[in-house]
Parts: sequence; C-alpha cells; structure tokens
Amino acid sequence: MFKYIEKFLRGLGKPLISFVSRLGKLTIFIGRTLYNCVTPPFYFKLLVKQMIDIGFYSLPVVALTTVFAGMVIALQTNAGFSSYGAESAVAQVVLIAVTRELAPVFSGLMVAGRIGAAMAAELGTMRVTEQIDALSTLSTNPFKYLVTPRMLAAILVLPLLVLIGDIIGILGGYTVAIYQLEYNAANYINTTINELQMIDIYTGIIKGAVFGAIIALMGCYNGYESKGGAQGVGNATTNAVVSSSILILICNYIITGMIFTK
Amino acid sequence: MKAKISVKNLHKSFGHKVVLDGVDIDIAEGESLVVIGGSGTGKSVLIKCIQGIITPDEGSIRINGKESVGVKKKDAEELYSKMGMLFQGGALFDSLTVWENVAFGLIENKKMSRKQAKQEAIKYLRQVGLSEDVADLSPSELSGGMQKRVGLARAIATNPEIIFFDEPTTGLDPIMADVINDLIINSVKKIGASALTITHDMASARKIADRIAMLYKGKIVWQGSVKELDTTDNPYVRQFVQGSSQGPIKVEI
Ligand SMILES: Nc1ncnc2c1ncn2[C@@H]1O[C@H](COP(=O)(O)OP(=O)(O)O)[C@@H](O)[C@H]1O
Ligand SMILES: [Mg+2]
Repeated sequence: MFKYIEKFLRGLGKPLISFVSRLGKLTIFIGRTLYNCVTPPFYFKLLVKQMIDIGFYSLPVVALTTVFAGMVIALQTNAGFSSYGAESAVAQVVLIAVTRELAPVFSGLMVAGRIGAAMAAELGTMRVTEQIDALSTLSTNPFKYLVTPRMLAAILVLPLLVLIGDIIGILGGYTVAIYQLEYNAANYINTTINELQMIDIYTGIIKGAVFGAIIALMGCYNGYESKGGAQGVGNATTNAVVSSSILILICNYIITGMIFTK
Repeated sequence: MKAKISVKNLHKSFGHKVVLDGVDIDIAEGESLVVIGGSGTGKSVLIKCIQGIITPDEGSIRINGKESVGVKKKDAEELYSKMGMLFQGGALFDSLTVWENVAFGLIENKKMSRKQAKQEAIKYLRQVGLSEDVADLSPSELSGGMQKRVGLARAIATNPEIIFFDEPTTGLDPIMADVINDLIINSVKKIGASALTITHDMASARKIADRIAMLYKGKIVWQGSVKELDTTDNPYVRQFVQGSSQGPIKVEI
C-alpha cells in the first residue's frame, strides 16, 4: 500500500519540481528582460531591423488571414440574421468581431508561427554554437544585443499590425456584403463609421502589445535557454510556437473579460 | 614571475554532476599554458569560469591580482574586457559578414567607425593568412580551417592581454592543425599575451605549450614542462600521452 503511495508521490514530484524550476527560470528571464529594456546601451539599428522583420514581412500573412476572417463573418452574420435587419447587423458584427477579436488573435497567432519560431531557432542555434558566449567574450551583453531589441520590436510592431488587420478585415467584410450579398454600399459604410468606438481600437492595441510581448518572450526564452544540439533547437522552436499560441488565446480571453465585463 | 591568472580551489557542479572539484592553476605573465584532459572532463567549463561566462560554485579566480569571483558585475567586466577567446567551433556570428565578425569588438566597444574597422579587420585577416576577398563573405561560406582563422583574427583584434583557445585543432587535418598552431604561437607572441589552451591533441600541446597541466576528475593531477611530460612517472599523464586504454583513467561509457 505505502509502496503505491510512494510511487505515486515520486511520479508526481519529478514533473512538479521541473515545472516549478522552469517557472522560476522564466521569472528570472522576465526580470532580466525588463531591466535590460530600460538600461543602456541600446542597439537602435538592431531594433529597427527587428521591427522590419516582425512588422513588414508579416504583413502578407496578417492581411490574408484577416481578410478571410472578415469575409466569413459577413457571410455567417447574413445567414444568421437574414429575417430581420441583416444589413446593419452585418456591418456591426464584422466591425466588432474583427477589431476586438479576430484581427488581434490572427495577427498574434500568425506572428507567433512566423517570428516566435524564428527567434527560438536563431537564438537556440546561437546558444548551441557558442555564439552567445562569444558575445560575452567581446564585452557585449548578449541579453541587450539579442533579447531586448526583439522584445521591444514585437511590443511596438504588433499593435500596428493589428490596426492594419482591422482595416483589411473590415474591407473583407465590406467586399462580401457589397459584391456577394449586394447590400447598399453607402449604408454599410455609414453604419461602420457610426458604430466605430474608441474601445474597438484600443482593445486591439492593448492585445497587440501583450501578444507581442508573449511571442518575443516565449521565442527568446526557449531559444536562449536551449541546450543539446540540433534536437534542442528543434524542441525550443516547437515549445516557443505552442506555448505562445496557447498563452495568446488565454490572454485574449482575459483581456476581453477585463475590458468588456462591467 | 607575476601570475596573470591565479585559480584557487575552483568548484563547479551542474545538478548532481561534479565537473570541477578544486582546481588550482596559475598562468604567468606572457606564458602559454596548455591544459590537457579527456573529452567531458570540464576543460571548457574551466575557461568559461575564468571568463565569467559560467559562475563557479566556490573558489577564487584572480586576474592581474584582482578577484573576479563574487564581485559586482561592473567591476568584473573591466577584467573580462582584457580577454579574447577562440571557440571550439569558431562561434562566428552567422548574421554578420567575415569582416564584421573580426571587427565586432572594435565597432561595438572601441567605437571605431565602420570604415576604419574594416581596414583593421582586413589587416588581422591577412595576419592569419586570409586574403581580402573573404572579408565580405558570410562565415558559412568558409571551410572549417578558414573559420578557425577568422575566429583567431576576431580573438586578437581587440588586443587582449589573455587569450583562450578551446581545442583549436580539433576537427582539422594534421597539416591545417599545424598551420593553426603556428598562427597561435605567432599571434600570441606578437601581442605579448598570456595564453591558456585546452586540448586533447598532444602534438598541438607539445608545440604551443610553455607548460602543460592535466585535468582529471575535476582536479589538476599533474603539471610540468613539455620535457617533463615524457619523463614523468605520473600514471595519468603516461596513459594519456600514450593514448592507452589500460591505466588509472577509466572511460565512462
Ligand atoms: N551549461 C551546462 N549545463 C549543464 N552541464 C554542463 C554545462 N556545460 C558543461 N556541462 C557538463 O560539464 C561536463 C564537462 O563539459 P566540458 O567542459 O564541455 O568538457 P570538455 O573537457 O570536453 O571541454 C560535461 O559532462 C557537460 O555535460
Ligand atoms: Mg570542450
């Protein structure tokens, strides 16, 4: 009997300890990131390079996902509301769904797949090939050189991507409403503009900044702490994408809850 | 002679695994010390402790007479800035070109202009036997031997007082290995630096060492001159030099 309890506790203990130690390491990593974001030296060139990598090159995937999201919402709303007032409902639902939820979440998930994975792979490779140690021996703080620019760039750029996603998603809904469902264009545009609130815009900005932080944190943490050669780098990449995607969806729910429940 | 680096009672474990178990070693000014030892005995950990990349659990490391263990990061950085290192795999930054690698320390720390830094980088590339043509290539376009040379150029470009070489000849053919040995000897002499090399290549050790020490089970078990290497009756050294599977050193499988 005791044997089974002992076995059970042992089985429980090992993953628990590893979980707690990982949590501790992550907390230390976050602390170091915050500290290094506000103390010199700053690498502006690297920041700009990261902003272009994260922002500009993610535009196509963000545009593609949000345009189809807006389109499909228009179709579904039309199908659901067909008996009464579908015309104004479509414009409103597209506006709310795209700006508050779909553009932030799709931008976040797409960038997590594209950039989070790349960050983990690049930093992981630099770790296992000793390039991170080499930075130290050249009197350069690897944290400031590698992690800080990525973190700042992601936090700055993702809100912009979300805003662009907002516009493209709404355009997607508009296209379906006007050309497929044959609604009146002027009415649709009027409804959209009248119904647009500040809260729609800043919800997207807040979510974008938080998701950016999550993506950079998971990408950099998993890459920076990776060990064990090529396999370790592979694991780091997978972990970065999976953990940031899950965290994005959880945080999305929490932020919506905080902003919209009275 | 004055000790450039003085390591006393250095301990380092990773989890339950004891890697360094009380290492004592001195490197004199201008001396070239080679530490030999089997794979996985903690040679790389030893030089990373000295350079502040790994924090030791216990012990003392004095650089130019100043303690570097347990002091504030800012104070230690001053000491670490006098060091250069050639890594086992080169560790060249693959997001930068060859010349940017060599000039990294000059641009980032000595705040040299890019144009001037490139001139300097080319000078150092020549010194290690590479032509100007490779300057704008990416490190991944170079052969292993050329990468080692670029790594060497990067290590000496900041004019360090102490240089570390982590298995400089491992993975090279014997002729290229000897070329690297010569380059190491020449470049260390040229800048008058002290050098600490770790290797298991005995030919290389004999060639570049003023003094040799052997690391085994986390301790320095022997040290002496190259001549003494062949006359010593220390069983660990004899087994290692002869490359025999019979003796006190047991290979953990
Ligand atoms: N950062 C680290 N974390 C955990 N274990 C490490 C770390 N660095 C080295 N080790 C372990 O320390 C031992 C010695 O490694 P190393 O110094 O690289 O050996 P070598 O003498 O071949 O250079 C190895 O068993 C290695 O697994
Ligand atoms: Mg090693």
